[in-house]
Amino acid sequence: MAATEFAPWEDPQAKPLICFRNVTKRFGEFTAIDNVSLDIYAQEFFALLGPSGCGKTTMMRMLAGFENVTEGIIELDGADVGDVPPNKRAVNMMFQSYALFPHLTVWENIAFGLRRAKIPADDLTNRVEEMLKLTRLERFASRKPHQISGGQRQRVALARSLAKAPKLLLLDEPLGALDKKLRQETQFELMDIQEKTGTTFVIVTHDQEEAMTVASRVAVMDEGNLMQVATPDRIYETPNSVYVADFIGDVNLFKGTAKPVGEDQYQINWVESLPPLNATSSLPLNDGQSCHLAIRPEKVAINAEKPDDAVNAVQGKVVDIAYLGNLSTYYVELPDGTVIKAQTANTRRISRRSFTWEDPVWLSWTATAGVLLDS
Amino acid sequence: MRRFFLIAVPFVWLLVLFLVPFLIVLKISLSDAALARPPYTPHFEWAEGIWAFFSQLDFENFVFLTSDSLYWKAYLSSLQIAVISTFLTLLIGYPIAYGMARAPEEWRPTLMMLVILPFWTSFLIRVYAWMGILSKEGLLNQFLLWSGIINEPLVILNTNTAVYIGIVYTYLPFMILPIYAALDRMDGSLIEAAEDLGCSRLTAFWLVTVPLSRNGIIAGCFLVFIPAMGEFVIPSLLGGSRTLMIGKVLWEEFFSNRDWPVASAVAVVLLLILIVPIMLFQRNQQKQAEAEQ
Repeated sequence: MAATEFAPWEDPQAKPLICFRNVTKRFGEFTAIDNVSLDIYAQEFFALLGPSGCGKTTMMRMLAGFENVTEGIIELDGADVGDVPPNKRAVNMMFQSYALFPHLTVWENIAFGLRRAKIPADDLTNRVEEMLKLTRLERFASRKPHQISGGQRQRVALARSLAKAPKLLLLDEPLGALDKKLRQETQFELMDIQEKTGTTFVIVTHDQEEAMTVASRVAVMDEGNLMQVATPDRIYETPNSVYVADFIGDVNLFKGTAKPVGEDQYQINWVESLPPLNATSSLPLNDGQSCHLAIRPEKVAINAEKPDDAVNAVQGKVVDIAYLGNLSTYYVELPDGTVIKAQTANTRRISRRSFTWEDPVWLSWTATAGVLLDS
Repeated sequence: MRRFFLIAVPFVWLLVLFLVPFLIVLKISLSDAALARPPYTPHFEWAEGIWAFFSQLDFENFVFLTSDSLYWKAYLSSLQIAVISTFLTLLIGYPIAYGMARAPEEWRPTLMMLVILPFWTSFLIRVYAWMGILSKEGLLNQFLLWSGIINEPLVILNTNTAVYIGIVYTYLPFMILPIYAALDRMDGSLIEAAEDLGCSRLTAFWLVTVPLSRNGIIAGCFLVFIPAMGEFVIPSLLGGSRTLMIGKVLWEEFFSNRDWPVASAVAVVLLLILIVPIMLFQRNQQKQAEAEQ
């Protein structure tokens, strides 16, 4: 474990590498990015996460210089880059389609950017060899892109974009074209390379698992707005909105009205026929204010008998079981028709599973398990 | 059996419509001119036997082609006109193809239609139309005189310039279409990648777009060069008496001089000259097909 954790975003003295200041981008009538301000620090692995059309790709293309900013300023290393064309920016991009030059060999593809920089021939050769080694492509140096596999192509694209040692590397859905197994391996490879080279990475992805795995911080985007910018665990454990809670992972959402019952303690009245739910939250809510309680399925315990010490407990019956191998998700229907998801690890063989369809069960969770969100 | 038929159909087609006529022309080129109908001798007689027939054939006409400077000058002049007009066609066709490939998606079918549209009218009528445009009292001169750019009408018709205009105009679609096909297939992010790696717009064009459209360029050049080399209608209608092209010489030998054997010899030599570029073209197409697999 490192003695000091890498968290420059918590240090008010730290100077960001990239700074979006009230950036707006419009395409005609359509607002793709709506007044976004964001700081990204050097050596971060920063993920822009969101559904397609949320503006994450536009953010990246503005960083690369392919799109102009309509309003606001983007600073790179303290300098406004608004008028700097892509070929003059110390930023390189790895394209979703990889965009490898089909008429050039792997070696020439990697050397392409270095040749434009007019560096001496010896240095160029050394740098290309270094990149080939970093991405384990030495054996394929003289092949053309169509003669290698998808995973190898992905690594060529990475090597090519890293060759010029950019201050900032942009990755547009870098693993989207790979199959799941290879994607997982490559995620760790990416993190490894990011650490080795010390380059700042900004990755665009719609895959939340990928963003959570690789990133030091994640920005969740929706319709041109940043919904939340935080570390993966903060995003998951303390989402700041119903949108983020719902977008990241699986969640049970209960809509109700809050009633303060002590310091940071609330009772949530949600279904008339059922007892109120207890939750702890530092959110300042008024009596009767409507709110949502978000609880992750794995934080809901499932038992045959009512647990004695449970703060929140509801009874229902199992209507569906999603068996995922390592986990099972139970869909439990309450008397009023609400379905709650509860997840447990399958530590036993499936034949010895405690519950099956139509079994009456008790669901319970603690006061701090859920996150209270105002709606 | 099915495979045999599949191969047999094109094979018979080529045999009957290409190889047999070629052998007839080759045979005529080895014959002697005669005042007869058809105007050459010998003809094959069963009674005399094959050997006697072959013994009458000789290379006299080919020797004759080397003795008169008209012929090699005509070949050279054709070559020059074909090369220059291929280059001009490329110069005009490439930007058009590039513009089409960069045009908004919904415009492309229309632009493509406009390129193909001239084929709906007879080629001959279009060449005649150019006579009307280029002549001394033609539309072009009238317009230039009216706008005050020139005081004297330009002499364009019946010069080599008119031949170049005619060839470039006629064969432009053959240049545009293969280049357009190559550019259209190209992934736009390649240009962005090149710019991202430090290229200006111009170097990105030169280092990425041009190499990737190379096969289209080569195909287009051959498609223009090969027919332009043997072109006969355009030089005889738009060219002057001093425009020397082998296609025109061929026509005159056949129809004015009625010297079929010499005309056939000219045709055979022309074919031999064109075999090299035709084979190069075939190889290019084959390589392209392999690269796409």
